[in-house]
Amino acid sequence: MNLLAQTEIPQVVEQTAIGLDKSLATIAYVAAAVLFIFSLGGLSHQESARRGNLFGIAGMVLAILATVWGYMQGGYLMAIAAMLPAILLGAIMAARVPMTGMPEMVALLHSFVGIAAVLVGISSYLDDGAHVGVPRGVVHLLEVYIGVFIGAITFTGSIIAFLKLRGTVGGKPLLLPARHALNLIMLMACIVIGAWFVGAESPDGGMVPLLTMLVIASLLGVHLVMAIGGADMPVVVSMLNSYSGWAASAAGFMLKNHLLIVTGALVGSSGAILSYIMCAAMNRSFLSVILGGFGGGSGKSTSEVDGTITECSVDDVVDLLWEANSVVIVPGYGMAVAQAQHSLADVVKILRDLGKQVRFAIHPVAGRLPGHMNVLLAEANVPYDIVLEMDEINDDFPRTDVVLVIGANDIVNPAAEEDPRSPIAGMPVLEVWKARTVVVIKRGMATGYAGVENPLFFKENTRMLFGDAKAMVDSILAKLRLRTGS
Amino acid sequence: MKIGIPLETYPGERRVAATPETVRRMQEKLGFQVVVQAGAGAQANFPDSLYQQAGAEVVAEAAAVYEQADILLKVRPPNDEEIGRISTGQTLICMLAPAQNPDLLQKIAARGATALAVDAVPRISRAQKMDVLSSMANIAGYRAIVEAAYVFDRFFTGQITAAGKVPPAKVLVIGAGVAGLAAIGTARSLGAIVRAFDVRPEVADQVRSMGAEFLMLDFNDQEGGGTASGYAKPMSPEFIAKEMELFAAQAREVDIIVTTALIPGRPAPRLITREMVESMHPGAVVVDLAAEQGGNCEVTRKDERIEHAGVHVIGYTDLPSRLASTSSQLYGTNLFHVLEELGGAANFHVDMDDEVIRSMTVVYRGEITWPPPPVAVSARPQPASTTPATTPAAIDKQASRRRSSMANWIAMFVAMACLLAVGLTQDPGLLTDVTVFVLACVIGWQVIWNVTPALHTPLMSVTNAISGIIIIGGLVQVGSSRWLAAVLGGLAIFFATINIAGGFLVTQRMLRMFRK
Repeated sequence: MNLLAQTEIPQVVEQTAIGLDKSLATIAYVAAAVLFIFSLGGLSHQESARRGNLFGIAGMVLAILATVWGYMQGGYLMAIAAMLPAILLGAIMAARVPMTGMPEMVALLHSFVGIAAVLVGISSYLDDGAHVGVPRGVVHLLEVYIGVFIGAITFTGSIIAFLKLRGTVGGKPLLLPARHALNLIMLMACIVIGAWFVGAESPDGGMVPLLTMLVIASLLGVHLVMAIGGADMPVVVSMLNSYSGWAASAAGFMLKNHLLIVTGALVGSSGAILSYIMCAAMNRSFLSVILGGFGGGSGKSTSEVDGTITECSVDDVVDLLWEANSVVIVPGYGMAVAQAQHSLADVVKILRDLGKQVRFAIHPVAGRLPGHMNVLLAEANVPYDIVLEMDEINDDFPRTDVVLVIGANDIVNPAAEEDPRSPIAGMPVLEVWKARTVVVIKRGMATGYAGVENPLFFKENTRMLFGDAKAMVDSILAKLRLRTGS
Repeated sequence: MKIGIPLETYPGERRVAATPETVRRMQEKLGFQVVVQAGAGAQANFPDSLYQQAGAEVVAEAAAVYEQADILLKVRPPNDEEIGRISTGQTLICMLAPAQNPDLLQKIAARGATALAVDAVPRISRAQKMDVLSSMANIAGYRAIVEAAYVFDRFFTGQITAAGKVPPAKVLVIGAGVAGLAAIGTARSLGAIVRAFDVRPEVADQVRSMGAEFLMLDFNDQEGGGTASGYAKPMSPEFIAKEMELFAAQAREVDIIVTTALIPGRPAPRLITREMVESMHPGAVVVDLAAEQGGNCEVTRKDERIEHAGVHVIGYTDLPSRLASTSSQLYGTNLFHVLEELGGAANFHVDMDDEVIRSMTVVYRGEITWPPPPVAVSARPQPASTTPATTPAAIDKQASRRRSSMANWIAMFVAMACLLAVGLTQDPGLLTDVTVFVLACVIGWQVIWNVTPALHTPLMSVTNAISGIIIIGGLVQVGSSRWLAAVLGGLAIFFATINIAGGFLVTQRMLRMFRK
């Protein structure tokens, strides 16, 4: 007993001696973590959302200061040299991005987290964790390995998502033969290389397996996202959001930094929930989205819809709106692409000034980012209390005079409810066809991302207005203005 | 192509088949020329000068109109004299009631003309813009209340004045079709308490949306088959007995009854008996919109307003004509749409392959083409198929729920195994880390569920900024003694900082836009 105590005492003394800075920093970390939780909690409602963001900023500043104070050991110059241009760059990006470009921006930012996690992982391995007192061992090596793995997938996956969203890479899923087997092989390879890595002479001997895995994981990230169709982009983006959190968390494990672990876990679970919500909105399992390929292999495209479509003119739409008492507008990706939200907001304003009830119905997966439509409408100054979720408004369609569907397709497809063999069967959709008249503004008769025919267009109470969403909404606006004499 | 608008000759008819406005549109948009008989619109307050201003030619004699026109637009069916003026190749468009008037069709056919009955437009959405029955019923419903208000000796709305309290009038509307709904809306806007009844329970929502109370028969429990059977056999004797009981009870209570019950092609159902009328308050009013088909009320006399036991019973059949200006405008617009559907002046063509045109055309080039073949149901999904369709879907859903609960169990099991493995490492640092990690996940899980979907994008960008916390890793590593590790750390700082700055700023920018 005595002997043991004697050997341990000096160690304890040494720890407390180093710890004054560190313990203060740790307290600051606790505060920062709490601020982050408040930040996420604040975002649950529009009223508290801006305060929530400020909490987030405060938490981040506190966390950085605490790290500089308690954990940093030199390299201040390089840190400042890296931060200043980055702040400038980030600020410019944030100020310049149009709201329709938010999905791209978010995807790109995810990739930065991914690459940062990779860099931290490799750096930590090279450094051997020596200067921050991280014990070297199998556990640490595994943490590094997993961190780099997740980081790499996040990085390349987000880059591909970014390119897809920008349209540089086509939205169609890339379905390689035996793609599941390919994914599995890459995953197995990473595990096998992992064993090699852990067994390798440190530090430089492990670099080869680590970099090999980096390449494979990067390919895996590319392949995973390439196989996912454009309509599933909301899920992909929120999934990558989740990954970026896990990557930060993994970095926390390897650096023994609890704030990183906590924050990463918060972000990770947030992204996971968003992905879950998006999947539920499409009635698809998370796994089937991740493994990609909408409807691939599972049944052919269903019954041909035949019948006639009824085209109408802008004047007819104006007449319909003029006579309607209640109007519901269903925006989709087409509205975002055409940037029609501002003209639409003006149309809504005129109609509301005429005393009509005008509301927006937002499907959870409308657009390319969760909540994308809400942001666009908010940008156009549409009051958020007339922007309703699917569940809030679906029962109101039978009492609605006119539904205006702008650039949306799959989310208003009655086949999801009526045709059990349809690839989108069971997906919750906006039941617009129950309204008295539905006007669909669309560029042409092309199918949506799901590649499914839409029987809505052939319904008797549906009118098709073919044309670019922006041009059509603009001319509706012009005609309405003429009538109101404003 | 010339369109002729003769003066209506039916006694008391004040409407006209085209107004200056529709005349102008027929010329400008469809390319027709229009000739109008002098005085055609006078009763509807459209003087000849307005027609002339709209570009029409005004002629004095009806004969001249019939002579010049290729297409004749009328409101009422032509009388024998008018039929005599129709010549081969002319097209007559008006209300013809083809089911009731086989002789009339015969006579028109004998002239070698083509006749389109606008009251035979099929009731499908595409044809709604041509549906004169709807537009006229709307006016009739409105006018029914106005007529009732005229003879009713009390306010519609309840008032509390210095001179005492006045109770509101109670109105019962039977039949919630277009006319019934219009009557409800009008009575409501005058301030009355309105109740409505219809044998079709599915119109209850429409009735309520107009502000009336929907009277229900507590009938379903006997049938046991739910609402579907409630209207599957609405004419069963039990149903009628219940219905009459309801009306009898209401008659004692309400001040005004408007009946609009019509079954196409059959005499109007007798809903209000003599006894019911006699049980009403003195001064009460019954407006019977079904007077043309024999009336819903036993004492109704067609085209007359009578007093029976102190109750006014109105049986006017010309209610739309009493609002001649609006009726003519709506009727004229309906006809304009018919002409448009027929191809305008340039491509005028009675297309017997078009289901709407086919249904309306009762005489085609001297041949009687009525009744039309039943309208082919086109793209409408068969209602029958939906019933079996839901069943497999439901089964599917159950199966997938079972599958997903299985997946949950597996996931939980894997998680437990992982935790156990962590425990086996006996690494105290790792154990603390895992504890922190798991707790943080749970907190995140709890917090995020409350986020409103409208804020998902800002949430994503703020979590994005927060995941820039990886900067801490960079800050720690940048102080490394190995230059490569330090440089990599510096790069990590660079990327993470872009994220932090960009994420927070863009979130702020977005959130600033959300306003009530």
